[in-house]
Amino acid sequence: MIANFGFGILLITFFVTVYSAVAASFSNPKGLAFFFRGVPTKRARLIADWLDNRDNPQRAASMVESARRAMLLTWPLLTLAAGLLIYLLINNHFEVQFVYEVTSRSMPTYLKVTAWWGGQAGSLLFWSWLMSAFASLVTLRKWDRDREFLPWVILVSCVTLAFFIGMTVFFENPFAQLYQTPAGVDAHILQPANSILFTPEDGRGLNPLLRHPGMIIHPPMLYLGFVSFVIPFAFAIAALITGRTDDRWIRITRRWTLWAWLFLTFGLVLGGRWAYDVLGWGGYWGWDPVEIAAFMPWLTGTAFLHSVMIQEKRGMLKHWNMLLVILTYDLVIFGTFLTRSGVLSSVHAFAQSAIGPLFFGYIVITFVASVGLIIYRWGGLKSETEMTSLLSREALFLFNNLLFMSILVVCFWGVIYPLTSELFTGAKVTVGPAYYERANGPLFATLMFLMGIAPLSAWGHSTMKTLGHAIWKPTVGAMAVTAIVFATYARNAYAVIGFFLVALVIFVTLYEYWRGARARQKGQGENIFTAFWNLTGRDRRRYGGYIIHLSMMLMAIGILGIELFQVETQGTLEVGQQKSIGGYDVVYEDIARFTGSDGREVTRAVLGVYQDGAYLGELNPRIDYYFDAQQSMTIPGQRSTLKDDLYILLVNWEPASATGATFKIFVNPLVNWLWMGSLLFLVGIVIAAWPDKDPERVVVPAGKRVRQASAAD
Amino acid sequence: MKINKFVIGGLLILGAVVFLIWNAASSTSEFFMTVDELNAKSSDIVDKNLRVSGAVIGDTIRYDPQSLTLTFEVAHVPADGPEIETEGGLAEALHQAVIDPSRERMTIVYVGVKPDLLRHEAQAIVTGHLAADGVFYADELLLKCPTRYEEAVPDQAGN
Repeated sequence: MIANFGFGILLITFFVTVYSAVAASFSNPKGLAFFFRGVPTKRARLIADWLDNRDNPQRAASMVESARRAMLLTWPLLTLAAGLLIYLLINNHFEVQFVYEVTSRSMPTYLKVTAWWGGQAGSLLFWSWLMSAFASLVTLRKWDRDREFLPWVILVSCVTLAFFIGMTVFFENPFAQLYQTPAGVDAHILQPANSILFTPEDGRGLNPLLRHPGMIIHPPMLYLGFVSFVIPFAFAIAALITGRTDDRWIRITRRWTLWAWLFLTFGLVLGGRWAYDVLGWGGYWGWDPVEIAAFMPWLTGTAFLHSVMIQEKRGMLKHWNMLLVILTYDLVIFGTFLTRSGVLSSVHAFAQSAIGPLFFGYIVITFVASVGLIIYRWGGLKSETEMTSLLSREALFLFNNLLFMSILVVCFWGVIYPLTSELFTGAKVTVGPAYYERANGPLFATLMFLMGIAPLSAWGHSTMKTLGHAIWKPTVGAMAVTAIVFATYARNAYAVIGFFLVALVIFVTLYEYWRGARARQKGQGENIFTAFWNLTGRDRRRYGGYIIHLSMMLMAIGILGIELFQVETQGTLEVGQQKSIGGYDVVYEDIARFTGSDGREVTRAVLGVYQDGAYLGELNPRIDYYFDAQQSMTIPGQRSTLKDDLYILLVNWEPASATGATFKIFVNPLVNWLWMGSLLFLVGIVIAAWPDKDPERVVVPAGKRVRQASAAD
Repeated sequence: MKINKFVIGGLLILGAVVFLIWNAASSTSEFFMTVDELNAKSSDIVDKNLRVSGAVIGDTIRYDPQSLTLTFEVAHVPADGPEIETEGGLAEALHQAVIDPSRERMTIVYVGVKPDLLRHEAQAIVTGHLAADGVFYADELLLKCPTRYEEAVPDQAGN
């Protein structure tokens, strides 16, 4: 009953979004006519002429208002649908297929709630729900100066929303119920003839690997990032359709883009942390197709964040920015499909899912249509200035963009390689992590080098001499650090290059801070701390960006450490025996097996950790066996310090055998810097994106409106 | 003149990327094969980098915790999406593969931690090489259990 009601709500929401999209496009007959002019038939031209004659400002305004209100209706409707689904999940309504697939009686309530995004049908609904929230938020902003964008932003949001809701209504319905028919048990939306509702005793349960705090926050974060990138795309399309192709759309969506980027980055980091804590293979990133799918929009999004600055400052790269935001949008759709479709290990598996071709069709259509719009507006997107110097800030930014795109190409090529190779050579060939590391390594290194020199180069014109003058101090500092690292820590060539680049970027960034603060100290007579504070506050995007650069370098330290210096050992120990690795002595002391909460059997080992004879503490790697899912989970015992992580896995222990327990031990140097870097990243991006200096975001009483600071920063 | 140096720069980057991809792909790519294909031409591909997928046969799983040596057999499953569809989906295809004694089988040896997902009727995707004795030595072992979960989790073991 509730399931039917939920399905009804979804169906209504689908029609509401379709209505909103249609109303939004009809509100502007001229804009609509523009589409029909693209179709080379006589009838299309007649329709276009007819539409052109129907331009009526008054009716247009009421149509837009109608579309806007319809759009605002979607969020409450989807919230209701989601509430119903959560009700079904919490109350063990296993007759609903989705509930049966992702929950079981033994799961605690909070996990039953988060099981909402634990499966494909639910996560499509979750995506739609977030999307409608963001679209509603954006329609509630003040539109006075951008009236003409509104219908097209609504159109793009509603088309996207309609696509995702349509998926849940017609293909992956979270409210489909199990019915017993003469032919067997099957899921249906409506009750088939001669059938009775079938309620299984218990559900299959959420995969134990997903029952982890990291996995509870990770998908929503990633989805928030995915969804909020739709907004800049919507404005870009609005700008293209209306022909208002100055940088207005970029200024409106700048903060959206930053928040989107924040969520996406954090989603990726949390995913890595989850892999590190739960998957039990000693790593955090495996260049899995799913990971790459989430990483690709991050690459284009990061490139976009950088290149919009060139458009704002110099009026260049307008086509490029449009292309980047379109690519990001389509990669977001692709990522949503790939991360939740459950068809990953082989690219051949795409065909297995009914929704695969639809996703591909949608991506192709939106991409072709958007690129068509860019070509149509090509003239209006011409650069206002020319790039002259190879070392100018804008040239280095362009180079940075090309590097991000190169990494994207490497990743994309890796994902589609099995398909292309089969097409052209007949052999199915895949590539593993080694491919990505080898091809991306030099690109990442060059990117870091650019991160080092770009902040010191000037806009417009810059030469070797001016750049050299600015950079020599940080370079000397970085060389000194590298020499110390070489003498005391590592002589691996990759490590030396890597640590040099890290040190260079850190010194350049700090040097930039110091120069700015000194200038204020002298000019304004502030003390150095106030000067730092005001400096950051006055140009948040720049100095927030520098903090983000620093955080990336901390992450790079962690990545260099674990990638280049990880050591591991494994072996079977009897109680009292010890094993030594990386300066640690690990003594196996005890083991116990007991019944834990949440329907699992826990096997937990106790190991004492010593260093140079001094007792450091005990670690408890364990194996959790889940009866409902018949699956075990290997939870490492970890001891984290700034220098390294001691990471112990309990591999095997049979109570009956006298051979002892088997352990696998990793020492992961410097990996903690990766997680610390991600926290600093949060600080940096909050500084860069904090919405207090943009008067458009502040509700200003009419008549007292301050000057729009669109030229700020 | 001014445009030229940017064009040259762009071409250099393009060339570098093509080289990086080609270089990395040619030295690290793995040939994806089914058990059938592997057994059919096992002599040509000895010691090549291979990736094979198959259905795990539960009774054959042996694990020696002393040496961390894991041995098991997999049965042939088709690699093509449509072919798997005609067998009734991946779960059904794996089930069919396991109960059919006439299917081609292959022994896999993997040294390392026994993955949590390794069990009867799971899909194993192994990366490694085929030795002259006909045994597949895996460096990497990935598992998927479509029967119980629609969720596919990147479960990685070893590197």
